[in-house]
Amino acid sequence: MVIVSALNRKLLRDLRGQWGQAAAITLVLACGVAAFVMAVNTLGSLRRTQQGYYDRYRFAHVFAHLKRAPDSLAGRVADIPGVAQVQTRIVMPATLDVPGMVEPASARLISIPDRPAPMLNGLFLRKGRYIEAGNRGEVLISEGFAQAHHLEPGDTVFAILNSRKQTLRVVGVALSPEYVYQLGPGQILPDDRRFGVFWMGHTDLAGVFDMKGAFNDLTLTLTPEASEPEVIRRLDALTERYGGLGAYGRADQQSHEFLDNELKELRGMALVVPSIFLGVAAFLLNVVISRTVGTQREQIAALKAFGYTRWEVTLHYLKFVAAIVLAGVAVGVVTGSWLGRGMTEMYSAFFRFPEFDFQLDPQVVALAAGISVGAGVLGTFAAVRRAAALPPAEAMKPEPPATYSRTLVERLGLHRVLSPAMRMMVRHIERQKLKTALTTIGIALAVAVVILGSFGKDAIDHVMVAQFSVAQRQDVTVGFVEPTSRAALYELEHLPGVVRVEPMRAVAVRLRSTHRSRRVGLIGVRADASLVRVMDIHTNPVPVPPDGLVLSKKLAELLEVRPGDSLEVEVMEEDRPVRSAVVAGLVDDFAGTTAFMDLAAVNRLMREGDVVTGAHLLADPARRTELYTAVKNTPRVSGVIIKRDVVDSYQKTIGENILKMRLFNVIFAGVIAFGVVYNSARIALAERRRELATLRVLGFTRGEIAQILLGELALLTLTAIPLGLLCGYGLAFALIKAVYDTELFRLPLVVSDWTFGFAASITLVAGVVSGLVVGRRLGELDMVAALKSRE
Amino acid sequence: MTAPPPESVFQARGLTKTYRMGEVTVHALRGVDLDLFAGEFVVLLGPSGSGKSTLLNILGGLDTPSEGTVRYRDHDLTNGDDGRLTRYRREHVGFVFQFYNLIPSLTARENVALVTEIARDPMTPEEAIKLVGLADRMDHFPSQLSGGEQQRVAIARAVAKRPEVLLCDEPTGALDVNTGVLVLEAIEKVNRDLGTTTAVITHNAVIADMADRVISLRDGRIAGVRTNATKVPAKELKW
Ligand SMILES: Nc1ncnc2c1ncn2[C@@H]1O[C@H](COP(=O)(O)OP(=O)(O)O)[C@@H](O)[C@H]1O
Ligand SMILES: [Mg+2]
Repeated sequence: MVIVSALNRKLLRDLRGQWGQAAAITLVLACGVAAFVMAVNTLGSLRRTQQGYYDRYRFAHVFAHLKRAPDSLAGRVADIPGVAQVQTRIVMPATLDVPGMVEPASARLISIPDRPAPMLNGLFLRKGRYIEAGNRGEVLISEGFAQAHHLEPGDTVFAILNSRKQTLRVVGVALSPEYVYQLGPGQILPDDRRFGVFWMGHTDLAGVFDMKGAFNDLTLTLTPEASEPEVIRRLDALTERYGGLGAYGRADQQSHEFLDNELKELRGMALVVPSIFLGVAAFLLNVVISRTVGTQREQIAALKAFGYTRWEVTLHYLKFVAAIVLAGVAVGVVTGSWLGRGMTEMYSAFFRFPEFDFQLDPQVVALAAGISVGAGVLGTFAAVRRAAALPPAEAMKPEPPATYSRTLVERLGLHRVLSPAMRMMVRHIERQKLKTALTTIGIALAVAVVILGSFGKDAIDHVMVAQFSVAQRQDVTVGFVEPTSRAALYELEHLPGVVRVEPMRAVAVRLRSTHRSRRVGLIGVRADASLVRVMDIHTNPVPVPPDGLVLSKKLAELLEVRPGDSLEVEVMEEDRPVRSAVVAGLVDDFAGTTAFMDLAAVNRLMREGDVVTGAHLLADPARRTELYTAVKNTPRVSGVIIKRDVVDSYQKTIGENILKMRLFNVIFAGVIAFGVVYNSARIALAERRRELATLRVLGFTRGEIAQILLGELALLTLTAIPLGLLCGYGLAFALIKAVYDTELFRLPLVVSDWTFGFAASITLVAGVVSGLVVGRRLGELDMVAALKSRE
Repeated sequence: MTAPPPESVFQARGLTKTYRMGEVTVHALRGVDLDLFAGEFVVLLGPSGSGKSTLLNILGGLDTPSEGTVRYRDHDLTNGDDGRLTRYRREHVGFVFQFYNLIPSLTARENVALVTEIARDPMTPEEAIKLVGLADRMDHFPSQLSGGEQQRVAIARAVAKRPEVLLCDEPTGALDVNTGVLVLEAIEKVNRDLGTTTAVITHNAVIADMADRVISLRDGRIAGVRTNATKVPAKELKW
């Protein structure tokens, strides 16, 4: 019993004696755990919130838009096998004139029951009250829009509805599961200032748009055993004669698709990056622990010689490891939850949920702890086994080097030009190949992790520049209320400040190849377009031939077609003609799945004249304000996108989030890099303390022994950095392939010089600081003590 | 013929060394006056804890006294300027320790080369190793040598730079008689052939017979100095 407590005292002294190292390991591990806990729990919280919201507010399963159908159609839809509930409604676009805003904003008007009633896509009322039947012009507005314009119940907004200017009175602020992520027409990023959803009483809205007894939009829920494609097929058959645009499921519903995509991306972030962080931390923990225990080889042998069993000795070191690992996990979990809460808040600004709570999942904590403990325990077992496998007498001698030959440097004759200290260093590096390799790999991984943590912004910045500076040079994009003849372009040309107008023709189509099909936008562009050009991810313009389709590469993959193949094109408008077209080329673009075609070819395909649906405008910068006002008052125009606002809103939302995320990652990765380098230095010192003291006795100066130890550290660090940069680039590539290659969004592999430089310099700085710390310790080296006994 | 008066190379005056251990103060040396002369072979004898190592470390420039002065020729070793003491060790002193203190990752030859590489007028590592009779173990690593062999490598390493002083702290402490004798013979040979001033610590009174002078320490003080009329060669020692 006395001896056991003596062992425990040894444990505490060891911990205290190596507190610097213990703290560094703890930190490295804490960073891995924190990143993991933060991301996985945020993901879990988001998933739970999404599910709960969808269930409680009856988010529909299938959505369909059509031109106009009589209310009686609803009954026939409800009869389709597999349909649980049907909700018909009127959905109309509107241009808004918001006080204090020069540019026009647009709204989607959605009809709701005149009196509160259970409905699909139910509304959560954040503020104010439900509309009152009979009160004309009352609306509920989406929360984002209300916040962006500081609109409160009681405020009014002007809108052009059905070409007539009307006053709308805000009575409440609401959220819908259909608009968790809210995009306006043509927007690729949410912009709450420019787009809002307005819910208006059914009778009221029907009156304004002459839709009494009719509807133009329909959503439905499915029974659990229903087949979604089958329901969609039957629904399309029913709505076809009413101008149905083709029904689609949740997977194609914009808000859901984005939310899902974001969750997928977050899963990538949550599972890939933090898992790598945690994996690296675990690997380093393993290496560090096994080396630290390895330095106690002689003590282990002595304990064994006293009659302790291997298991008792292992247990002793496991306690040492447990203390470090548990501290690391604890710090990691606390930090990770704190950051996760912050992330969750960030997401709640981005996604509109009634409530969104961060929950710490005990399973996630257990998993992170399990991985960490596992790594530590394995490292301990391996080290103790190595030491304990030898007969005590053998173990009490220092380990002989594995190789017994002249070192490479000597065979090359290089040693003659090296100083004695350098020669010592080279011999040591060459003789301790495994240790050298592990240290180098450890530092290289740390460098790689820094790149992995920060390259995402490089890629997105690259895309932003490619998209908004190179590919898109327009100031404003407008959409017409309905397909119009080219004559409408003259009207646009004469708006104040317009320098150039480029027409486009967008058609909703379903592309089909054998059994594969996709709903996409077919965009007709002019071959000589210069404002908005078709470009690939590397900003190379892709020519659009006079005939045939140019498809997003991802779309071609999904449809399994290649250039030269023929596709069926089902037009989802009017009388829904079915045509065919040949794939002429592919474009490796970064977002969405689009089909491009020459404008004239689209007109031919549609068997129509010079029809356009919108245009890109280049404006005289000095007259932009004038132009915005004019566009707002052009009845023919239903949607307006101002490019600068898109970019600004990107900077405000995604840009800031990415910066924050990168900051976390960089801090984590930096700490990991630091911990690794510092630990390598400290272990090297611990392993060689006695040797270095002997050299001092023999007359080597402090500078010379510092050269031996720190020179080695420097050499390994300098070797590890390029290795790590390469490795980081590889990991970034893998991450892009694994996570950022979706239908919605694809990132090119771009790692900026800044990121490379940063990863290299943080490691260098870690090396220099560790060198200084270890150098100071070298100064305190006690020569006499080292000679007195074997350690 | 009268011998020229022996030249004093070390002069220690009033050396004390104290260690503070929390509340208690340990007096390792309590006022030591000592001269060592050029080329002589001195044995420092005394029970464990009597201050032998402390004294030797101070003479070797590994440690400095708490009080008193110590000189080696024109070097003042009293005040511990690390650079000066390092240069002193590097140029003048060879050490041999009870636990050999070889560098495990270097072969015997390389361990010796360690010193010859930084010395001004060294012998070659090979010469030094031949001197201690280990020519056939030149390329062995320390862990492949016996204790006695390791200690002889340590002696080779200590003398390879042709030091003026050889300081040995219980060089045979961890060795059996036969091996110990081999080691002592190597030291004896160095003292005789190279004229190196040699001080050997031991608590084994038998070894004292091979010295010119025997200095006994007790409780941090010099308890007595004896001059041997005849030196017994190492290989005739028995214990
Ligand atoms: N670093 C130290 N701290 C405290 N006490 C020490 C230290 N080194 C030596 N001593 C004490 O000084 C005394 C003399 O030690 P030492 O010179 O090593 O004796 P010897 O070599 O004769 O056995 C002993 O009592 C020892 O405990
Ligand atoms: Mg001693």
